[in-house]
Amino acid sequence: MATSAFAPNARGYYGQFGGAFIPEMLYPNVEELRNQYLDILADPSFQQEYQQLLRDYVGRPTPLFEAKRLSAKYNTRIYLKREDLCHTGAHKVNNTVGQILLAQRLGKKRIIAETGAGQHGVATATVCALMGLECIVYMGEIDMERQKPNVYRMRLLGAEVRPATSGSKTLKDATNEAIRDWISNPVDTHYIIGSVVGPHPYPDLVARLQAVISEEMRKQLLEKTGSELPNYVVACVGGGSNAAGAFYHFLDEPDVKLVAVEAAGHGVDSGHSAATSVLGKPGIIHGSRTLLMQDEDGQITEPYSLSAGLDYPGIGPLHAYLGDSGRARFIAITDDDALRSVAELSRLEGIIPALETAHALAALDQIGAGPDDVVVVNLSGRGDKDLETYLKYAEKLTEQK
Amino acid sequence: MTLKYPMKDRIKTTFEQKGKKLLNVYFTAGYPTLEATVPLIEAVTEAGADLVEIGMPFSDPLADGPVIQHSGTVALQNGMNMRVLFRQLQGVRQRVPDAPILLMGYLNPVMQFGVENFCREAAEAGVDGVILPDLPLDDYVEEYQEIFRRYNLRPVFLITPQTAPERIRRIDELTDSFLYLVSGPGTTGSQQGQAEGVQEAYFQRIEAMNLRNPRLIGFGIGDKSSFDRACQYAEGAIIGSALIKAMDGVDDAPAAARRFVQSVLN
Repeated sequence: MATSAFAPNARGYYGQFGGAFIPEMLYPNVEELRNQYLDILADPSFQQEYQQLLRDYVGRPTPLFEAKRLSAKYNTRIYLKREDLCHTGAHKVNNTVGQILLAQRLGKKRIIAETGAGQHGVATATVCALMGLECIVYMGEIDMERQKPNVYRMRLLGAEVRPATSGSKTLKDATNEAIRDWISNPVDTHYIIGSVVGPHPYPDLVARLQAVISEEMRKQLLEKTGSELPNYVVACVGGGSNAAGAFYHFLDEPDVKLVAVEAAGHGVDSGHSAATSVLGKPGIIHGSRTLLMQDEDGQITEPYSLSAGLDYPGIGPLHAYLGDSGRARFIAITDDDALRSVAELSRLEGIIPALETAHALAALDQIGAGPDDVVVVNLSGRGDKDLETYLKYAEKLTEQK
Repeated sequence: MTLKYPMKDRIKTTFEQKGKKLLNVYFTAGYPTLEATVPLIEAVTEAGADLVEIGMPFSDPLADGPVIQHSGTVALQNGMNMRVLFRQLQGVRQRVPDAPILLMGYLNPVMQFGVENFCREAAEAGVDGVILPDLPLDDYVEEYQEIFRRYNLRPVFLITPQTAPERIRRIDELTDSFLYLVSGPGTTGSQQGQAEGVQEAYFQRIEAMNLRNPRLIGFGIGDKSSFDRACQYAEGAIIGSALIKAMDGVDDAPAAARRFVQSVLN
């Protein structure tokens, strides 16, 4: 993949997006990471430990499941990449396992992370417990309320969960607080970013650590369909880490259509949305130039989605570039349609998806797949953490589409 | 090249004339009230501040601690934005002819306003320098330097205890104003709980580099004693959060700011 047209250049740019817009206080940390991440990732001892943990601890490879009843409903061939079966219940752990090994090799003793839905926080707390490292997770005060079970999980795992009380008190603000912590603790601390966002090299680092998803997909598709290449890969996008992992090994395969599904919230034009590819324009958030939801004065606006993992006002710079260059198609799905897809997958396949993941499923009737097409949906997480929300919206869940 | 905006070099003149114990104060435009900006510039300079940094409020100020964050939130609620700020600054040079005025803020609002527009408006208002902590050096050189020069605006860059010597040299080369020495790890307004001697060693290390630009120390400077101490190692120091705190909840913000500046200097 080194020659990919979709790899960042030396300064971390994907086309006009990316870069490292960070205050000087963070420069040495980010520079250290930039100078070392590729060497560490390529190091045989790292690879051995990473692959072993992915297999024995995370439970990889995750299955690629042919969803026959769902396929019948949409009259196409749908496969689900079961990232929901990863240890901790979502794809997020692929990244945290890799980054904790990286942090150890950088000699860091203290780990910080941000979390929205809590999945990345849980995945970080998990690997910190495994390695015996101090762990502090910043989480928006509102998200702590929305995703209580994950707050309890992180605490049980020994992490300290610190509420982010500034701004909209959600993912964006948790990320601000984590960055401020890193500014205050530049020497001993590694910041495990949970998505393909932030200053270079984070978007590339996280994409590489999530790339195992599409690496496995290719092998599994070859076994099950006779071809490594599907016609469509569909994934939800908040910051975009599961989508980056699901797209990664297909980026240079122009015959594979990539579909990124954003949260429309109450509707793209409702004023309560997180559909960054439609509502955003180029700007800077968390150290990266990307598409960003902002007002005309360049103040970052508060996104809305019922799902705590998708209400981010930016998207990873890779995704901004995939959209800009036409390589990926973006679709926006409302809260209500996502909720209906939760019920649909639960009843047709016996799998309760996370609310974030349900956005990807809800796009199935919009992608234009034919009866012979192979569609892979990245089933990024399981729905246990969302049960309280699902109970609250029980009526909407069972409405017919 | 003939400068379209020939103005006197207020930053250089200020450092040359006073030489030491320069006080640079920071406050957020539009705080505590929308129209407080210019009265505050007058108040702090009358009270003896040598340079003034005007914070351009931003929704997500990564390098700032709670006090400056809060002032930014209030300022935005008050209706502050770039257009309002430049309107307020029109004519400020009739009232405050000599003290250097710098704008400090984050890159995104400047980008959205348009870098060229921003520089032109700033120059026309009589602004001398700009501090954008999240503008990377390489991007400055490639995309901004020429525009800044065209409008005779001086960039100011931050240096921290972790900044490598060769990078400090490069920053010094790119600077024609002063160097902003961040006193230690932390966001603005944080107390630097560093071991005895660590900070001194850092300041002395920078001093020994014999850089071409003068230095001001900022972050965690909040009263007369910390100001005096910082002035032992640099030409002066920068105070922000403590000044903003001193204006919290008062009826007459310029009077409070004046008293605060006097308390630091006398």
